[in-house]
Amino acid sequence: MNDKPFAITLDPNSSLANHTGNWRTMRPVYVDRLPPCNHACPAGENIQAWLYLAEEKNYEAAWRRLMEDNPMPAIHGRVCYHPCETACNRGQLDQSVSIRAVERFLGDLAIKEGWRVPCAPSTGRKVLIVGAGPSGLSAAYHLTRMGHRVTIHEASDKVGGMMRYGIPSYRLPRDVVDAEVGRMEAMGVTIRLNTKVEDLDAAIQEGGFHATFLAVGAHLARRIDIPGFDAKRLLDAATFLRSMESDSPIKIGRRLAVYGGGNTAIDVARTAERLGVEPVIIYRRDEAHAPSFKEEVAEARDEGVQFQWLRSLAKGADRTLTLEVMELDEHGKPKPTGRFETIEADTVVLALGQKADTAFLRNVTGARLRDDGTVEVDEQMMTGHPGLFAGGDMVPGEQSVSMATGHGKLAARHIDAYLRGARYVRPHGHALATFDRLNTWYYTDAEQSKQPLLTLARRRGSFEEMVGALDQDTALLEARRCLSCGNCFECDNCYAVCPDNAVIKLGAGNRFAINYDYCKGCGLCAEECPCGAIDMVKEVK
Amino acid sequence: MTTQRIKFYQTGTYTAGNRLLDDEARTVQSRPDRTNSLNSGHRACQGCGEALGARYAIDAAMRAAHKRLIAINATGCLEVFSSPYPESAWQIPWMHSLFGNAPAVASGVAAALRAKGHDDVKVVAQGGDGATVDIGFGCLSGMFERNDEVLYICYDNEAYMNTGIQRSGATPPFARTNTTQAVGEAPGNLLGTGKNVPRIAMAHGIPYVATASVADLHDLEAKVATAMGMKGARYIHIHVPCPLGWGSDPAHTMKVARMAVESGLFPLFEARAGRVVDRTKIRRKVSVERYLELQTRFKHLFEPCRNDEAIAAIQAIADEHVATYGLLESEGL
Amino acid sequence: MRAQIEGSQAVAEAVVLCRPEVIAAYPISPQTHIVERLSRMVKGGEVGRCQYLNVESEFGALSVLIGASAAGARTYTATTSQGLLFMAEAVYNAAGLGLPIVMTIANRAVGAPINIWNDHSDSMALRDAGWIQLYAETCQEAADLHLQAFRLAEELSCPVMVCMDGYILTHAYEPIDLPDQSEVDSFLPPFSPVQVLDPSDPISIGAMVGPEAFTEVKYLAHRQHLRALTLVPDIADSFEQQFHRESGGLYRAYRMTDADTVIIALGSVIGTIKDTVDELRDEGIAIGCLKVGCYRPFPAMQLRAVLESVTRVIVVEKDLAVGIGGIVSADVRMALNGLPIPVHTVIAGLGGRSISAESLKHMVRDARAERLSEPYFLDLNMRVVDEELARRQEERQAGPLAEQLIRAVKAIGTKVV
Ligand SMILES: Cc1cc2nc3c(=O)[nH]c(=O)nc-3n(C[C@H](O)[C@H](O)[C@H](O)COP(=O)(O)OP(=O)(O)OC[C@H]3O[C@@H](n4cnc5c(N)ncnc54)[C@H](O)[C@@H]3O)c2cc1C
Ligand SMILES: Cc1ncc(C[n+]2csc(CCOP(=O)(O)OP(=O)(O)O)c2C)c(N)n1
Ligand code: SF4
Ligand code: SF4
Ligand code: SF4
Ligand SMILES: [Mg+2]
Repeated sequence: MNDKPFAITLDPNSSLANHTGNWRTMRPVYVDRLPPCNHACPAGENIQAWLYLAEEKNYEAAWRRLMEDNPMPAIHGRVCYHPCETACNRGQLDQSVSIRAVERFLGDLAIKEGWRVPCAPSTGRKVLIVGAGPSGLSAAYHLTRMGHRVTIHEASDKVGGMMRYGIPSYRLPRDVVDAEVGRMEAMGVTIRLNTKVEDLDAAIQEGGFHATFLAVGAHLARRIDIPGFDAKRLLDAATFLRSMESDSPIKIGRRLAVYGGGNTAIDVARTAERLGVEPVIIYRRDEAHAPSFKEEVAEARDEGVQFQWLRSLAKGADRTLTLEVMELDEHGKPKPTGRFETIEADTVVLALGQKADTAFLRNVTGARLRDDGTVEVDEQMMTGHPGLFAGGDMVPGEQSVSMATGHGKLAARHIDAYLRGARYVRPHGHALATFDRLNTWYYTDAEQSKQPLLTLARRRGSFEEMVGALDQDTALLEARRCLSCGNCFECDNCYAVCPDNAVIKLGAGNRFAINYDYCKGCGLCAEECPCGAIDMVKEVK
Repeated sequence: MTTQRIKFYQTGTYTAGNRLLDDEARTVQSRPDRTNSLNSGHRACQGCGEALGARYAIDAAMRAAHKRLIAINATGCLEVFSSPYPESAWQIPWMHSLFGNAPAVASGVAAALRAKGHDDVKVVAQGGDGATVDIGFGCLSGMFERNDEVLYICYDNEAYMNTGIQRSGATPPFARTNTTQAVGEAPGNLLGTGKNVPRIAMAHGIPYVATASVADLHDLEAKVATAMGMKGARYIHIHVPCPLGWGSDPAHTMKVARMAVESGLFPLFEARAGRVVDRTKIRRKVSVERYLELQTRFKHLFEPCRNDEAIAAIQAIADEHVATYGLLESEGL
Repeated sequence: MRAQIEGSQAVAEAVVLCRPEVIAAYPISPQTHIVERLSRMVKGGEVGRCQYLNVESEFGALSVLIGASAAGARTYTATTSQGLLFMAEAVYNAAGLGLPIVMTIANRAVGAPINIWNDHSDSMALRDAGWIQLYAETCQEAADLHLQAFRLAEELSCPVMVCMDGYILTHAYEPIDLPDQSEVDSFLPPFSPVQVLDPSDPISIGAMVGPEAFTEVKYLAHRQHLRALTLVPDIADSFEQQFHRESGGLYRAYRMTDADTVIIALGSVIGTIKDTVDELRDEGIAIGCLKVGCYRPFPAMQLRAVLESVTRVIVVEKDLAVGIGGIVSADVRMALNGLPIPVHTVIAGLGGRSISAESLKHMVRDARAERLSEPYFLDLNMRVVDEELARRQEERQAGPLAEQLIRAVKAIGTKVV
């Protein structure tokens, strides 16, 4: 360019020689943070990741991502208590993402499409699993994927545990359970029904198993006596609900009193309602202090279930019950008042919870049992007996399908390591993607999509599934409500807002990088990243 | 301008890009092949809104002009930080002449292109608020009334920044600058002074006038594209925060600009042939305090004691904008 | 083609023959006839695709040309006096950017007091702005200089002012030769700029340059300017070859052989001076005169060579550097530095006062008799000045000097418009 005037005319782009990066005192760094949904998911799903794929209409990939952690999306998509949604950051913006509904959509689609999960080559190792509830099934699935041979011994004549014998079918249609369990069987999981394990040693010896996972759940009902009431008409919830699955459900008359304030009580009452019975729920505390979900209470009330709050069962007589009126002290504890009322009831169902039936472990060396029948396990999900692992309702802690499923996954990882003579170490987790790190300005206002409910008229006398599915468009829309907390979703904001063009776009799927030659460390990229995927850290020179 | 907001997408069209959007709904700035007309290595302050605004606007113009663009620059921060010998950050044909003549120089370029029959090449002129509303105003007005083939872009950082933050005709009331200090009976810039050049531009009856903000990239780019698609004299006035001059955190450049828009203090509108034809609605209305509190140039309104009267006066300006431009109305104007 | 036309029309015609592409101008007397004619021709489609911009000021006019020139167009404007000063910042800028703009200065006094008549205060004020300055003696030369100016400007990438005396030349009717288009085309090749704003080859023009390179930039500009000292005579020569007429050049000597006294001047006053020289020669005085045609760059060495052997030099200049005196004479003194040749400064013709051969002859005689005050104000009305000074002395009152002088001058009948 020697014909151009000296100094006053310059070559384009010559500023690239000026490395403004040395102005920097803070440096932006791309991070992945742990979204609160993932953090809260007992099954350890990477929700944000599978939503991300679903957002792209890549449903199969989304499902596969989900299946890495949870083999039963269609089931969880219906019955999981969704702590993820409680934790979801979007809840602080408008309403949480309806994660469970999208999960159900993916699960159902997978069943419809017949998607399968591949397994690793056989390791030749054999694992015995006792109990085909969610915990046992989950462990079986993961171990099978890892190439181990799994056999489940199940006492009942059908699989699913409390998912079949507890949760009513209007919430969880049985064909869904069958489909997801069937998929596992197709992968090579052997399930031996009607095989109650009573002598554990013998069972292990017989099958030549290298490790064992116990997942027998909690099936022993807590009971009380009602003086003066016919013991034949005094049932427990587990027995009542289980009978619903048999060819001859127990007859309960016209008026049913359900004693208890948890979700099981609601399930019993709503089941009875569907059978044409008039159920009343009796609970010692008030509605606000009931452990059941408020939504469930509301739905039950809509369906016609009656509630007797602040009442305890004092005594019974022929088809009547005497209830004592209770009041709550300042700690929310019920106290008797000495005032009584009488109601009519043909049958009483006790919904006071279940204990684990772990009598068969008494002789197992090292196994430590608690009073409620639960078995203590270490952080590897192993009992005090080497090679004997346990999870689900039979170990202390929260009792839910997703917790049981999570235990199954975790146990599978430890069993896998155990079988290889190693020890599974959980990868170091990311810091939490808290709400205050989000720049919510960038998110479109979008109300949560609602799943359709069966009309009241159609609920009565029928066990048809009550909550409908999201159609594909709505599921997509719902997935796209996800804020992608703490994980770059390639919105291009950082790339756009950098006044120094110091953000390099690496191309679709490859995210971005900072060009530290030019980044002045202004922090705009971090500030304007909607999802908080950029940290500003002190520059070390 | 109300750009097509894609409803219900994770981030709609508020973010620059988003992999979920159709290509056309993404901004120029989100594209890997954007021009980076103003490239790295320039010497703007950290978080400079003007550097950002210039790249936004010129890249958008480049795209609209199929890269057949010439830019003329007035003296000012943008010019100084982009082209000190021996390094230029410009990737496009660019010329700086003087502080007060950018519109005329651009008119000259346009005239030359017409004389030579190079009708495919487009011309933009750009300058700070000082260059535009004050010293270059005569030339600007001439360029307007002749309806010359130029898009003029004003980067309004509300003072003479290059010379060290002195008041311009675009400095807002009460703002502290180094010639409207926060001292005396009426601290800061005087209420009731200053001029509204977008409205004055409209009074010339030129084909297109718009205001834009770095806080709304889609809107800004759409306006540049609209302007570039038109003939004659066009004017876009872009609000660009200056962290140094406004006393704001460099990381807050977007936020400050956003608060200006969302409070109504900086209304975004479009006018054709002298008439306002559209406005960009406020999305989440905030009080002017949310804007003022981010900037130390307004600190004297809060400390040592709160100046309620001044804050109310500023709020009144915002409210007036909201009413005039229908910034909260859902339909029409 | 030879025709009896006004100087302004001739210049306009000449400019059009140069195929300008962008013209921008702002009206000011006595430049108006030039730009009005150009406007008419452009509007009438006689100038190809040339654009004529009616701008809002002289500053705007030159700024438009800065842009147009940088975009590769041949550009032209005309102005004078207040207009030139109004565009001053752009005048420097155009030169700094090396843009070959041609501008006619219809020389006129600079106010206050506002005055529309001729002198050289305007172009002198901007003599150091980096433009080449050519001064025309006649209307014919004014027209011819424009052809040469474009060629010079474009060869050097440097703007050129063609200075012609307001009214005296701009409004004078003379028989003037205007060449054919084809002749002009062969004299003046199309403009091919050294740098141009072009999307196919982007460059950044107009960088900020700091102390580390500013001196070098300026030095290089100076060197470039000095190249005009060879180019101006070369172009004048080739002009003469093609058009068979002397026009332009660094300087022109008249009857300088054996002259002991030489009068130096710029512009149209050379005509009167030549007459004076003739008359004085008739009286036996060995006098000649020298017209400086190119004042910037200043042909110091060339002048020194032709003046080496004279006894005295009288510089008649139509400007005043208040507080020091002559402007041109200072340059001449510098050119003759070290030679024992006295250089007299004669300030004449300010604000349009006519310069008569009679006064010049008086002045020459006084100079030869060593009776010339320094600087010497030709035809200064000492009665008015003395009266005013005396009055001031009495009243010790400062007032607008100009108004009082005008009141006083009314006595001698000068009309002020
Ligand atoms: C009425 C009701 C409703 C519920 N609703 C929900 C809900 O909506 N959402 C939710 O997350 N959770 C719900 N739960 C809790 C949830 O069902 C349990 O936490 C979960 O099923 C526990 O899984 P698990 O695998 O540990 O045990 P289980 O599901 O109880 O499975 C244990 C299995 O082991 C078998 N078994 C037991 N002993 C032996 C043995 N000795 N040999 C062989 N097999 C044996 C059992 O037959 C059973 O199939 C509900 C529970 C009840 C009772
Ligand atoms: C004729 C003239 N007057 C004053 C200046 C000094 N000057 C240079 S830039 C500038 C301020 C620029 O302000 P603005 O146009 O708002 O641009 P900013 O730097 O704020 O982006 C001033 C006053 C100048 N260069 N030329
Ligand atoms: S918004 Fe998305 S990533 Fe964030 S918590 Fe909710 S589901 Fe998880
Ligand atoms: S701003 Fe957008 S593209 Fe950049 S890191 Fe955050 S989510 Fe990813
Ligand atoms: S916006 Fe650009 S300059 Fe600022 S911190 Fe981020 S990468 Fe660095
Ligand atoms: Mg400014």
